[in-house]
Amino acid sequence: MAYEINGETFDADEEGYITDIGSWNEGLADLIALDEKIEMTEEHWEVVNFLREYYDEYQIAPAVRVLTKAIGKKFGKEKGNNKYLYSLFPYGPAKQACKIAGLPKPTGCI
Amino acid sequence: MSKLHTVNKSPFDKNSFDSCLTLAEDGSAVLLIEDGVYAAVAGGDVAARIADASSRLKVYVLGPDLAARGMAEDRIADGVSVVDYGGFVDLAEAHDAVHSWL
Amino acid sequence: MSDLPPIPPDDEDEFGVVKKFCYVNRKAPYGTVYALESLEMVLIAAAFDQDVSVVFMDDGVYQIKSEQAPEAAGMKNFSKTYRALEGYDVEKLYVSKESMEERGLTTDDFLVDVEVLDHAALSALMAEQEVVITS
Repeated sequence: MAYEINGETFDADEEGYITDIGSWNEGLADLIALDEKIEMTEEHWEVVNFLREYYDEYQIAPAVRVLTKAIGKKFGKEKGNNKYLYSLFPYGPAKQACKIAGLPKPTGCI
Repeated sequence: MSKLHTVNKSPFDKNSFDSCLTLAEDGSAVLLIEDGVYAAVAGGDVAARIADASSRLKVYVLGPDLAARGMAEDRIADGVSVVDYGGFVDLAEAHDAVHSWL
Repeated sequence: MSDLPPIPPDDEDEFGVVKKFCYVNRKAPYGTVYALESLEMVLIAAAFDQDVSVVFMDDGVYQIKSEQAPEAAGMKNFSKTYRALEGYDVEKLYVSKESMEERGLTTDDFLVDVEVLDHAALSALMAEQEVVITS
């Protein structure tokens, strides 16, 4: 599949993960979120931007457990749990937040 | 006939490097590329073999492949020269044939 | 919405069986795909809460050399991913003393904290594992 913004095409795999991480921008994130029926708030962006930084530093998308722990460490315990992250991304933070952040599907994601 | 020998395997993993040094004629050039570059920064026995080789052969190492592997140019053995991709082309052109030791 | 997946508990205990896995890396990072594939296996085992040890020996010690920059040569710099292992609770990283020294390397050359073991100690470490995967 592919996403399109103002005539520009962004290739994605059959599950909607974009294939070129370098082509990502915030407008594309909004569009992918819309496709996932998620309205991006400041809290969503916090997670998405965190994932972008994580990928930049480690070159992988983190497993859910690792993401939860790292979010808790950075933004506080009230955010470092599945209840909070699933309230933002109901189909799973790894699946949806990574997709919106333009990252590949996390290794070991089930 | 002058020859350029290229070695692209680690000297610890395959014996391409040793075979190349054994069979290369005096005065020919040896260019270490890909995993072959580890020979230029090794310690122990390999360092001794490089030192011995650089006295009778011209030994070069491909800079971009060193950098890819995190090896600084100031660690390479004495007598080994660093070349870039352009230097690789120049070497191939300056010799009559290229012999790849895979 | 009734079709939403259930929210998993925070401390998942669903994998039950924990085994001692040891991944032994013996190949340089870029000449073949072994190093990257092994790293992915380590991440998956860690994601399943297994007891993971990682050994770097022979040319495998080159996998964790600091300052790798393969991007210019058109390759992904997966050396950065070794630094993510701590976040996955993979903290048992070992380097063969003999392999390190033979290659003119010291512990200062590595991008992660490792414990240096000689061959006798590595042999003992491997003997106590339930699964050893060498690549």
